[in-house]
Amino acid sequence: MMKTFIQKVLTDADYQPARLLTILRALQAEYQHIPIDAIDILADALNIPRTQIIAVVEFYSFLHLTPQGRYDILISDSITDRMQGKENLLGYLSSALKVKAGQVRDDGLVSLNNTSCTGMCDQGPAGLVNGHALTKLDRPRIDEIAALVEQQKPLGEWPPHLFAVDDNIYKAGLLLNGPIENGAAIQATYTRGINNTLEELDRAGLRGRGGAGFKTAMKWRFCAEEPSEQHFVVCNADEGEPGTFKDRVLLNSHAEQVFEGMTIAAAIIGANQGFLYLRGEYLHIFDKLQAILQQRRNAGLLGANILGQGLDFDIEIRLGAGAYICGEESALIESMEGKPGIPRNRPPYPVTSGYLNQPTVVNNVETFLAVAKIAIEGGDWFASFGTEKSAGSKILSICGDCSRPGIYEYPFGVSIEQILADCGASNVLGIQVGGPSGTFISNQEFNRQLAFEDLATGGSFIIFNNSRNILEIVQNFTHFFAHESCGFCTPCRVGTALLKKQLDKIIEGHGSAGDVVELESLCQLVKSNSHCGLGQTAANPILSTLQRYPDVYEKQLKSISYEPGFDLDGSLEIARRMAHRDDAAAHLSQVED
Amino acid sequence: MANKIKVATTSLAGCFGCHMSFLDLDERLIALAEVAEFDRSPITDIEHCGPCDIGLIEGGVCNSENVHVLREFRKNCKILVAVGACAINGGLPAMRNHISLEDCLLEAYRDGIGVENAQIPNDPELPLLLDKVHPIHEVVKVDYYLPGCPPSADVFWAFLTALLEGREPSYPYELVHYD
Ligand SMILES: Cc1cc2nc3c(=O)[nH]c(=O)nc-3n(C[C@H](O)[C@H](O)[C@H](O)COP(=O)(O)O)c2cc1C
Ligand code: SF4
Ligand code: SF4
Ligand code: FES
Repeated sequence: MMKTFIQKVLTDADYQPARLLTILRALQAEYQHIPIDAIDILADALNIPRTQIIAVVEFYSFLHLTPQGRYDILISDSITDRMQGKENLLGYLSSALKVKAGQVRDDGLVSLNNTSCTGMCDQGPAGLVNGHALTKLDRPRIDEIAALVEQQKPLGEWPPHLFAVDDNIYKAGLLLNGPIENGAAIQATYTRGINNTLEELDRAGLRGRGGAGFKTAMKWRFCAEEPSEQHFVVCNADEGEPGTFKDRVLLNSHAEQVFEGMTIAAAIIGANQGFLYLRGEYLHIFDKLQAILQQRRNAGLLGANILGQGLDFDIEIRLGAGAYICGEESALIESMEGKPGIPRNRPPYPVTSGYLNQPTVVNNVETFLAVAKIAIEGGDWFASFGTEKSAGSKILSICGDCSRPGIYEYPFGVSIEQILADCGASNVLGIQVGGPSGTFISNQEFNRQLAFEDLATGGSFIIFNNSRNILEIVQNFTHFFAHESCGFCTPCRVGTALLKKQLDKIIEGHGSAGDVVELESLCQLVKSNSHCGLGQTAANPILSTLQRYPDVYEKQLKSISYEPGFDLDGSLEIARRMAHRDDAAAHLSQVED
Repeated sequence: MANKIKVATTSLAGCFGCHMSFLDLDERLIALAEVAEFDRSPITDIEHCGPCDIGLIEGGVCNSENVHVLREFRKNCKILVAVGACAINGGLPAMRNHISLEDCLLEAYRDGIGVENAQIPNDPELPLLLDKVHPIHEVVKVDYYLPGCPPSADVFWAFLTALLEGREPSYPYELVHYD
């Protein structure tokens, strides 16, 4: 039985070891875990070590070595979910289904757990059931879900409103307002000439929209100049930064234009194969995207000899399996090769040695979207919007305390004040710009502007009003990084765990004079010694709030020189009970008398 | 030599390996004795610590007595030093942290092979075990850390001479790489 199933999955994957993640996802869906026998069969069939397969299963949060429930329910544990009442709902769901978070119910029917931000921040609290997005959770919906699970109703028969995902586009700008005609950008590229198109991208001043803001034309030129048989184009749709969901909307409603941008990249760098790396949380748009790719093939916009211009190029979608780090481009490439998503040493950069060690460009979804438009309208047109250093527009995903959370597109340089007015935010305490890895700004900074030269963001914009507790926010983000650290390098693996512990100690009221100093020096250590961007930014929530609200931290501290961060007397409880003792010597004071 | 610096040392949940390594200072101990004298330490058999300049702690915190001793050191020592992997991280004894204390006690005193007259020790003279073994900085404030299992005599020497000369201690790479 299992053998037949695995054979089928392997055949579908064309026995490519690089497609290991795809294969394992299929097994997980079928058996609720990766059976150990399956690992042996795969190791044989793909000719890779079984330890590599186990490492992959252990790395990704959506893959398991032990069976999960036939209904595996995950609830998004990002700060905005919490602000929308997530904790209360999780408790409610947990008692409705009689299963604790982190556990599988004894009958194996259902399992429940937390998961990192699922990218539904504007319509949360959100979750996933067997990988499919659930939105706008509330008690009635939870009752409904619990009943469906108990009836063992197949997912395909669940009412569609549970899975409805809205775009919520509130403000369209130069890209969202003028979607291109299918094929027009490819046509324009060939009419103008490939080199000239690269020139236009350069003139446009387009910088990557994934966060780092590297110049797109420069990246593509480097890649094009690499002598190699094969080049690859990769679209980074991992979108794991909490509070970011604009790539989901772009792929839901503008996928054609994104694929068109990728095709132009292929023409410029000389690639025959492209990939869309789609985060596992966006499984709900997978089929739709596959259909669009097929339509493009049928229309001669993908496949052999595209538009008769002699370009052979196709796009394959690879789904992730729950790992924020896979948004980092070199980790993403590792993941695409069927390995744990551990960032590579750089250099060499992907443009020289990327997927299968071939020259590869990795760009954000929005970057490709912009490329397609620039190919039609030209570089000057694009550069006429935005600021000198940040040309064009930025598509924001806005969530948190505002009346219209959703998608907003602005020319770069827009003031924070303007954004807040547009989305209906009042009584604002502060904003997390750029997600946990970005900056927390206070309400004294609303005249700042959104641009690479001031406040950069990959798209995340989370608003907090005066009823929110800064430390709770920072705690959620700090736990996020500790959870998502890939574990490769010690400063981040150990450091993020220590940050979490030290912050929790202070928040729980065990902090004393030296503890904030200690926290800060830990932050610097993690920031300056970590291998990749995750560790280098993991301390940002603490650092940016420590800088702005030192008093908030100070207030938590006791005016004694030191207090343990755990309950000393409580930790003697087991020994006391087992020794049947309760004399004075069987107790400890929390602080020295 | 009225103003010799005072040093105290103790072993909590440790194996005395760090102390043995300290003794590896060999002839340098004589030089040390010129400028330092020992207060509470296995070397002196002094039972309680008086006011000291430096307190060296080997081992982590696994029971209530460790907590009391550690607090005595913290109260009396101007500079408190976590010596070795056990004091810094919990080390070997902390390997029991993956097992519940209940299971540890039952295995050792009731269910284990060769246990006779099974009972959990309950004499009030005996310190009770904490449910987890902790590094010492989780219980008191610690000023310096000497890495190693054990730190080599050279590490002790580099540390003590730096303090005596009023320098911030630092260790060359050769002293702190372990592969
Ligand atoms: C921890 C981490 C997560 C990242 N996640 C994403 C992501 O989800 N999407 C993205 O486009 N870039 C992400 N990046 C940035 C990518 O490494 C890379 O810079 C980007 O995809 C390049 O595309 P661009 O030039 O079009 O922005 C991440 C970086 C780090 C360090
Ligand atoms: S910094 Fe963190 S996420 Fe990056 S390689 Fe190191 S452990 Fe992995
Ligand atoms: S650090 Fe090593 S030598 Fe020192 S007490 Fe612990 S186990 Fe023994
Ligand atoms: S093996 Fe490297 S830190 Fe333990």
